[in-house]
Amino acid sequence: MTLAIGDTAPAHELPDTDGKQHALHEDGTTTVVVFTCNHCPYALAWHDRLAGVADDYDVRFLAVNPNDAERYPGDSYEAMQKRVAEENWTIPYLRDEDQEAARAFGAQTTPDVFVLDGEGRLRYRGAPDSDHRDPSQDAVWLREALDAVLAGEDVARPETDPVGCSVKWK
Amino acid sequence: MRIELLWWEGCPSHPEALEELERILEEEGADADVELVEIESEEQAQAERFAGSPTIRIDGEDPLPSQEGTPFSLTCRIYRLRDGRISPTPDSDDLREAVRRAL
Repeated sequence: MTLAIGDTAPAHELPDTDGKQHALHEDGTTTVVVFTCNHCPYALAWHDRLAGVADDYDVRFLAVNPNDAERYPGDSYEAMQKRVAEENWTIPYLRDEDQEAARAFGAQTTPDVFVLDGEGRLRYRGAPDSDHRDPSQDAVWLREALDAVLAGEDVARPETDPVGCSVKWK
Repeated sequence: MRIELLWWEGCPSHPEALEELERILEEEGADADVELVEIESEEQAQAERFAGSPTIRIDGEDPLPSQEGTPFSLTCRIYRLRDGRISPTPDSDDLREAVRRAL
């Protein structure tokens, strides 16, 4: 299943690295959900740009790690906790242990970015920007989408191809 | 000179790495074709000492060794560019130096 633009996101709650549960969308609040992980160079290359968006916008911003930690121990819950502590994350980093959220959203890669409006409808899905190698891109596709959603306008580019490592399914 | 590019389908970076490698080989005047080796299983990854996609070997050696302790598995390889940024593909200058050493 893949969430299409305009669809309402499924209700999921996932634990962050402190064990606190977070709903993947809340009524009345714009939410960015980024499926990401610890071990993928694409996710790592885009991380600072995404964190910059979280700092710059008054929206909920959630990172979700759905990868199979048995085959990829670098994506275990403990490894997530270690990374959050070492890098002083301000973004909640959620564990999708049973991968149900990733399947419900149709996440394909890490990173894979989803923007939900205040009614939980999908307004943008795809890559942060066009080039993981170019920091000056500054997650511009995501920023454009958020600017539009927060202004109550249509997103001009609602879908782009997600680019990154495949989600590591169990 | 024998050049192999080992790749895994779960990582989209190998076409970019191949293009860069072939460009550097041509610019350096290296008379070598790149042999593409697809890694399809964890067992093959272990046997080939595959530290992630893409892995480049020149005359059987990995000229851009990964961090010690990196497990051999079906994964995307993490490279560090010379400016410190993380990248799914090697730094072009590192790759060029490796090719020059092998000529």
